Amino acid sequence: MAETRLETFAINFGPQHPAAHGVLRLVLEMDGEVVERADPHIGLLHRGTEKLIEYRPYLQNIPYFDRLDYCSMLCQEHAYVLAVERLLGCEVPIRAQYIRVLFDEITRILNHLLNVTTMALDVGAMTPLLWMFEEREKLMGFYEAVSGARMHANYYRFGGVARDLPDGLEERIAAWIDQFVPKLDDMDELLTENRIFKQRTVDIGKVEAKDALDWGFSGPMLRASGIPWDLRKAQPYEVYDRMDFLIPVGKNGDCYDRYLVRMAEIRESLKIMRQCLAQMPEGPVRVQDQKITPPPRALMKSSMEALIHHFKLYTEGVRVPEGEVYAAVESGKGEFGVYLVSDGTNRPYRCKIRSPGYVHLQALDFMSKGHQLADVVAIIGSLDIVFGEIDR
Amino acid sequence: MPVESLTEREAALRDLLSLIEPVLGDHLLAARIARGELTITVPAAAIRRVLAFLRDDPNMLFKELVDLCGVDYPERERRFEVVYHLLSLKNNQRIRVKVETDESTPVPSVVELFSTAGWFEREAWDMYGIYFADHPDLRRILTDYGFEGHPLRKDFPLTGHVELRYDDEQKRVVYEPVKLRQDFRTFDFLSPWEGGGGVLPGDEKATR
Repeated sequence: MAETRLETFAINFGPQHPAAHGVLRLVLEMDGEVVERADPHIGLLHRGTEKLIEYRPYLQNIPYFDRLDYCSMLCQEHAYVLAVERLLGCEVPIRAQYIRVLFDEITRILNHLLNVTTMALDVGAMTPLLWMFEEREKLMGFYEAVSGARMHANYYRFGGVARDLPDGLEERIAAWIDQFVPKLDDMDELLTENRIFKQRTVDIGKVEAKDALDWGFSGPMLRASGIPWDLRKAQPYEVYDRMDFLIPVGKNGDCYDRYLVRMAEIRESLKIMRQCLAQMPEGPVRVQDQKITPPPRALMKSSMEALIHHFKLYTEGVRVPEGEVYAAVESGKGEFGVYLVSDGTNRPYRCKIRSPGYVHLQALDFMSKGHQLADVVAIIGSLDIVFGEIDR
Repeated sequence: MPVESLTEREAALRDLLSLIEPVLGDHLLAARIARGELTITVPAAAIRRVLAFLRDDPNMLFKELVDLCGVDYPERERRFEVVYHLLSLKNNQRIRVKVETDESTPVPSVVELFSTAGWFEREAWDMYGIYFADHPDLRRILTDYGFEGHPLRKDFPLTGHVELRYDDEQKRVVYEPVKLRQDFRTFDFLSPWEGGGGVLPGDEKATR
């Protein structure tokens, strides 16, 4: 019998591939159908956000954070706003804190619905995507109601939020929750016990708890490996300490567990949203310090001081005391952090964006080793990556 | 779970620092607790030892490297800072470790301690040109193939040096030096009337 020569070969996956969730270019070293090494080439969506931020006043940087991970916009604004607030040392009115928690959870649902359904699409189930994108549209309607934009809201401000909720929005959100639960149950029924879905995801891309820490995982990726860690519980910000919710934890750390954790988190988010709506008090939504918050328009007509404050805020901007701070929030994908260095002027000296997707994608190499090519697609789906935040 | 107040958190960090101080000894160049965060500065050569201690000591258990990044201070003698953010899930604490370096001095890589440092160090190399010794795979990561320069350095212009254009004759994308239709404009709106701290023209008359 002739001697067979074994050798690996490299294939190029992406950057234009529907299962690459954006512009991921993967160079896969294959031994037949089995992946030996996966080398992600990233940076195709690099826009130099961190550099741009150094050239803008603090206020003008908020929109950049919407455009990082364009599936969890407000969570990222939240991290930046928290960092600046910590440097300024300003307190946020309680109503604004509730609004932020409410919209963080809306954002989390937006994010998880996108991820769960596109992952299902990658492994062959199309229906959940069609069902759930309708719900995402409705959620984006709430974004639009408060900010005028469906995705890139630019809604949070230092010391609060841009404006109060419009009349009737709270009732609309409550009504949405009630009609959403049965639809979520439908999707649950369709996917969770589905034979094909389980064949494609159970025992694929397993991560032990020890490895998850070593690779710096956070969010659902960490929890699926059995570590009950959630910044909302461990280091609560805003009013999360008043909320009653559970942290779902997986057992095996495979793609299926990550899916289950996300599904359970959607239900917990609904719980938090209900509590927010029930507990939200009336009151101001922005800090009343006019060095941070511009004065109301009407006041500017009569008060010289208000006019000066307005002029100063929109030319010079907020001047932030010197110092450095790291603020992190639990975004849908994991720990989203902002390391902000201020030199006492009206622009950040350095703003490092710590995005969870960047860390998770790095682990793709070790997660996909020994799996088949088709499993790489399932693993990428379960990583929940969005290139806006990875490439920045 | 009750929320810690800022003073409680800072007290906990002081306890933590009192445990770190005797172990690091001379390696601890500076330590600061501000805004509920602990920052320690160590020599670059000792970074591996320090991070290994922080990761493995039963009182520390900073098992997760959350972030690693560079910061550029061109006016300093050693212009770069490498900043490590560590998180201890066990003690629910964070710590920030800093080392200083310059363009030519390598910082020991910590990939052996934290696998996640791999891409972070590649990014710091790409963005600042900070060299990490013994890194298994120190390639550029975010910039284009064949990119020159380190874009996040303070002396790198915001507009960059080259721009891309599709050339219809060559039927491919070509690089060209950046041509600005108008001068790059950046305004400094800082008011001279507050802060600043410097002497303004005419101030000397006021004291006379």
